[in-house]
Amino acid sequence: MFSILRSILTVFMTMFRKRITVQYPEERSTLAPRWRGRIILSRDPDGRERCVACHLCAVACPVDCISLQATEDQMGRRYPEFFRINFSRCIFCGYCEEACPTCAIQLTPDFEMGEYLRTNLVYEKEDLLISGPGKYPGYNYYREAGLEIGGKAKGEGSQDEPPVDVKSLLP
Amino acid sequence: MVTIFIDNKPHQVKPDQNLLQACLSLGFDLPYFCWHPALHAVGACRQCAVKQYKDDKDAKGRIIMSCMTPVSEGLRISVDDPEARAFRKGIVEQLMLNHPHDCPVCDEGGECHLQDMTVMTGHNYRRSRFRKRTHQNQDLGPFLNHEMNRCIQCYRCVRFYRGVAGGRDLNVFGAHDHVYFGRHADGPLESEFSGNLIEICPTGVFTDKTLKEHYTRKWDLQTAPSICVHCGVGCNTIAGERYGSLRRIMNRYNRDINGYFLCDRGRFGYEFVNSHKRIRTPLVKSPSPPAGEGRGEGGKPADRETVLTHIADILSKAKGVIAIGSPRASLESNFALRTLAGENSFFSGIGNEEQSLVSLIIDIQKNSPASSPSLREIQAADAVLILGEDLPNTAPLMALAVRQASRNKQFEIAAAMKLPLWDDNAVRNAGQSAKSPVYIISPAETRLDDVAAKTAHVPIQDIVRLASAISQKLDPNIPPLSSGERTEVRGQDVDALAKEIATVLMNAKHPLIVSGTGCQSTGVVQTAANIARALQLKGKAVQLAFAVHECNTLGAALLGGRTLDEAFTVMQDGLADTVIILENDLYRRADEASVEQFLGRAKNIIVLDHIMHRTADQADVVLPAATFAESSGTLINYETRPQRYNEVFVPRGDIQAGWKWINAIMMATQHPAPGGFATLDDIIRKMSRELPLFAELADLVPPAGFRIAGQKVPRQSHRYSGRTSMIADRTVHEPKPAYDADSPLAFSMEGSEQQPPAPLISRYWSPGWNSVQALNRFQQEVGGDLRKESTGTRLIKMIGGQSEYFRIDLSEDPAESPQYFIFGSEELSNLSPALGKRRPMDDQQDPRMTM
Repeated sequence: MFSILRSILTVFMTMFRKRITVQYPEERSTLAPRWRGRIILSRDPDGRERCVACHLCAVACPVDCISLQATEDQMGRRYPEFFRINFSRCIFCGYCEEACPTCAIQLTPDFEMGEYLRTNLVYEKEDLLISGPGKYPGYNYYREAGLEIGGKAKGEGSQDEPPVDVKSLLP
Repeated sequence: MVTIFIDNKPHQVKPDQNLLQACLSLGFDLPYFCWHPALHAVGACRQCAVKQYKDDKDAKGRIIMSCMTPVSEGLRISVDDPEARAFRKGIVEQLMLNHPHDCPVCDEGGECHLQDMTVMTGHNYRRSRFRKRTHQNQDLGPFLNHEMNRCIQCYRCVRFYRGVAGGRDLNVFGAHDHVYFGRHADGPLESEFSGNLIEICPTGVFTDKTLKEHYTRKWDLQTAPSICVHCGVGCNTIAGERYGSLRRIMNRYNRDINGYFLCDRGRFGYEFVNSHKRIRTPLVKSPSPPAGEGRGEGGKPADRETVLTHIADILSKAKGVIAIGSPRASLESNFALRTLAGENSFFSGIGNEEQSLVSLIIDIQKNSPASSPSLREIQAADAVLILGEDLPNTAPLMALAVRQASRNKQFEIAAAMKLPLWDDNAVRNAGQSAKSPVYIISPAETRLDDVAAKTAHVPIQDIVRLASAISQKLDPNIPPLSSGERTEVRGQDVDALAKEIATVLMNAKHPLIVSGTGCQSTGVVQTAANIARALQLKGKAVQLAFAVHECNTLGAALLGGRTLDEAFTVMQDGLADTVIILENDLYRRADEASVEQFLGRAKNIIVLDHIMHRTADQADVVLPAATFAESSGTLINYETRPQRYNEVFVPRGDIQAGWKWINAIMMATQHPAPGGFATLDDIIRKMSRELPLFAELADLVPPAGFRIAGQKVPRQSHRYSGRTSMIADRTVHEPKPAYDADSPLAFSMEGSEQQPPAPLISRYWSPGWNSVQALNRFQQEVGGDLRKESTGTRLIKMIGGQSEYFRIDLSEDPAESPQYFIFGSEELSNLSPALGKRRPMDDQQDPRMTM
């Protein structure tokens, strides 16, 4: 008897709780920055493409929806010639972001990607690239790497000694 | 066999190896850097540390380097010991102090031995807060990219380049932690084996510059076992494709042939597959102008059905057909052409002089008691005589094998001193500059001269004179030269030199005679056979190798086609008016005037090829044939060993294998040949029925129906990426993968993960071993045979005993010999842009001279 009354009371009390349903799309809730939505490619603080076409996002992708081709500019800086995400296959797991060694690929709190045609869900590099560094300001992979690229000679990286003089016998 | 105890478990191992090799063969994951099965052990990197115990009561033990420890009865070690583990981890950590933060942009990433070893030892966090040493790089030419920051000082590169390949322009400079591996100055690496540094280097110091142009990770390549098509040696390769273009060639281990190495022509010549000169659609010239009035410019693209109807029309109206095969097309394509045209209308498509030489070589191989050696057997020879062949330019891997053979004396000395033969420094120190005798008698200097005991650079006729004198020293019954014997050639005393060489050959256990078609001289080949015969009569186990210059020269010749001259005569006599040319540029085979005349007289010319050339320019119908990467077939190498190459990727459009086109033509013309040639197995079955010589061809490779646990062998790795996105720009529908009816390989990442039989291995990978060093896991014992190895056979088996000495006529021999270049002499590799940069300035040469 008591348990029946308690159940009725519990259900009745719910009427006075704060509503959590949001009247989307008229109303919108705030999404956390770490929400895993539409994927973007970011730029480093110098405004250049962060992606170095290492293929790690593509290999981490469980549905194999990322494909790209690496190429290099004349100064030896590697970047993707094309970078394609098939969002009609993407499951927004975020593995690509986790695998990315240069903070280039990031998931954003945007999920409004509905389309009538599946082909419109195929995003090329132009569609993915944004103009800022996204969630990770400050990081510039090429400053850390030992590679010589345009604007950074050998030994000018943040972790590098100046190049050694092979002919020197000094200790 | 001896018993050793690893972590208290007994294991049976072979006694003549080092402990590292034994552990790896047993399947232990023991990290190493400086050791390599082909370079042996020097104990430089300290990475392969294990703990050794005196006996079963010893609990303390001591750390030893396994690569420098011979296995011995009752040896007790621990691989798993915490102290040994900590030691190995410490070594990797120390190596990583200066290793740059490059993996994402490093071409070695994903197939890097250093990455594998770092993961294996468990080092995963950088503790050092100090800066990293850096180096300036060098420009090492069109083949190799140099990134010295990544170096871990294992010395493998110089040990390979100088010690194995005999190069002189790569060395180690500097001192202490500044050592630098490179050239004295910028410039292309001179050795024709420099490309092997890509696989030898355990990290990304030397990487493939041609791959960099269209970079793809190892896991993204669709790969298939292939055979090199750039010379007659028949090295085994793994070819890799991505997005419809061929990306790179890697070595595929075959103990009998190329072992661990390839030459640069084989490794970097692949780019002709992506060349802009490729024929990608059928081309038809219309209407055909009357014979003799020259031909219109450029054919118009046509679709497959139209072109086949057109060809059927041509063939039905033809007065007679001349079918010209090719030494660079597969055996199957040649055979299909031979069936289409009939035996009497089939011409092998080899130049006249060469064809007579090749027929002679086949005769010698059939009748001579001297066996035709594999490269592995060449490597075991203890006295070598090279007659007239410029091996480093015509058969580079054979030159490498002879170079290794010259080291046998060192091994002999070391063995007499009871040194372990895997101890590289000890063997070299004991042997000093001792070399097994190699004699080179050639028209010009060769890059092998540095290992020769003596060289004689003399004109071809003098090569024959010298060789004939040697043979007479061995057996006075050999008929002397019919004319023109001399006592001195170019300052060399014929008698003394002949005596010296004859004595050396007689005293050797495994004498080897090497010659080939290089001189285009019958006399050279015949004297080589005479010397071998004489040695054989003296009871020597002599071997006789003939280098041939194209990937299927022997295959085309063994099919028994008629000569090109006969084809010209047939055309001249008006017995035929239609020519079908299979993957062949006739201008490379005969002099320009006769080819012009021949093609001019033909009413219809049908060319099947994959690249445009002068012959194809004149054709009325051009069919796009597939290259080695887009089709499957069999090639026969210099020792008559048939080997299968497999389709790496499905070409776009109408491109298909030569034999598939010919099959389509047969269907269109309702050719009476029964059965049809729908699949490769069909052709091979028919070939082995019709030609007894090819009877064993069907057993060479597992047939298309072969399955492992009901599954095909995948061409793609299990990490193959981008499957649902690579063609999404064209269509979002994902088509079913193409079905390969010609081999047990699948165009898919699905399939058996078990190790397939050796001819089907399409990549080397094993858990924890992503680099090429995973090959260790595919071998029965490290450096030995592959598991499930089916040792290929030679088509021509030794019959022996019945041959007569040749009577040599000097007057038939050419006075001058053509000059060959490893980069530039071969037709296909010539189209590769990287190779083009290393080509000597030979633009004005007669194309035949560079064949």
